[in-house]
Amino acid sequence: MKLSQTLGKSLWAFLFNSGSCNGCEIESVACVTPRYDLERFGIKVVGSPRHADLLLISGPVTRKMAPRLKRVYEQMPEPKIVVCIGTCGTSGGAFYDSYTLVGPVDQVVPVDMYVPGCPPRPEAIIDGVVKVLARLEAKENAAS
Amino acid sequence: MNATALLLTVAGTIGMALFGLFAGLWFTGIDRVLAARMQARIGPPVRQPFIDLSKLLVKQNVVPANAIPWLFNGAPLLALASAITILLYIPMAALPGLPVLGLQGDLVLIMYLLLIPGLAMVAGGLASGSPYATIGAQREMVTMIAYELPLASTVIAFAWKLAQMNVANPFSLSTLAATPIWTLVGPVGFMGLLLLLATMILVVPGELGRIPFDAPEAETEIAGGLLVEYSGRNFALFSLSLAVKTIVVTSLLVALFFPWNLTDFVAISCCPYLASAANAAFFLLKLFVVLFFSVTLVRISVARFRITQVVDVYWKVLGALSIVGLLLVMVDAYVR
Repeated sequence: MKLSQTLGKSLWAFLFNSGSCNGCEIESVACVTPRYDLERFGIKVVGSPRHADLLLISGPVTRKMAPRLKRVYEQMPEPKIVVCIGTCGTSGGAFYDSYTLVGPVDQVVPVDMYVPGCPPRPEAIIDGVVKVLARLEAKENAAS
Repeated sequence: MNATALLLTVAGTIGMALFGLFAGLWFTGIDRVLAARMQARIGPPVRQPFIDLSKLLVKQNVVPANAIPWLFNGAPLLALASAITILLYIPMAALPGLPVLGLQGDLVLIMYLLLIPGLAMVAGGLASGSPYATIGAQREMVTMIAYELPLASTVIAFAWKLAQMNVANPFSLSTLAATPIWTLVGPVGFMGLLLLLATMILVVPGELGRIPFDAPEAETEIAGGLLVEYSGRNFALFSLSLAVKTIVVTSLLVALFFPWNLTDFVAISCCPYLASAANAAFFLLKLFVVLFFSVTLVRISVARFRITQVVDVYWKVLGALSIVGLLLVMVDAYVR
């Protein structure tokens, strides 16, 4: 069975705040409310990185959070998808030259998809997740 | 036991295991859809638990560095196997050959066996070497001690009533299936049985670790608790054992309180197969009604209890309720 067939219909997400202002968290959590209802597509927010397939990271990576982010990423079972939410995680945003930052998310863990916006709308987050799944499927089709 | 009977038992065991797994996953899916509809959401497809399961089976199975591997990997198997074992003892619809081990077990055996899936989860949690799992394991043990009092009072009430009526083998499940308890009591005892039914309906979510009694798993505070380190195949086995346990616990409630078959009300005499099929469908309907009221409706209506509140609810409120129910059943025997 192809991985993307099951993974795409049952994607369990783990939210990780690596130093965000909480704006992106509010928008991410809005995705599971009745208005957007991501559970329609089998997407569910889980409490442990061990259960997760999708790591949603928001915020620039602070010095304190960098080793934790790396550890959480390593704790996830393969295969894993990383989506970076918000301008801060993509480029550093307003905090790009802050002395407390290690840098954007991709300086610490590999990122599959960036969702820009400050904060991005829930539609944009859902679109990012759908695009990364489509890419996973295309990659598998190319391989087989 | 001769060879044919042994073969029949083995076939029945496999059949019941498959029934438990499939029905459990379907009912989990129905529960998720209904819960979503009650929250004004559309919700996942009904077969979502099957998709989740097939995904978990292709995921990597991580065994943490500071876990005890044989216990960490063995606990999910033990949980699933013990859940399926209970299924072999519980009387279900009046089908030929059911329950598979019906003549052996009784209610006390079932109460012991019901502890094993929970204990397996505790062992697995403690073996995973995570502080979150340790907290979850402690909470699970406290929860098990908590719901045992109302459950035991209910079982005692049933056995006492049957023994008082001079029925042979009052603890036996086939006796319970043959004699609906409601027909044995007067108005006072009827009130007592209603209290016991309310107690059992609230014991079911505790047995299954569902909201509001899911403090051992509590995703938002202890990150999944007992199951925090489980992934891939082991996690899939635990979710399967929970699905089977859903069928087990609701079947137990149905066997205690609603042992009637459809053929008791409507005579289907044309062919035995049709009668069996109708009885099986009626049994599934009873399971669905019990699940709806004791799992779905409860978990949508209330938030999670703290672990101290779980003990308070089970010992003070439901314990008192079930003992009053037991006393009413006893009083009924002398006033009528």
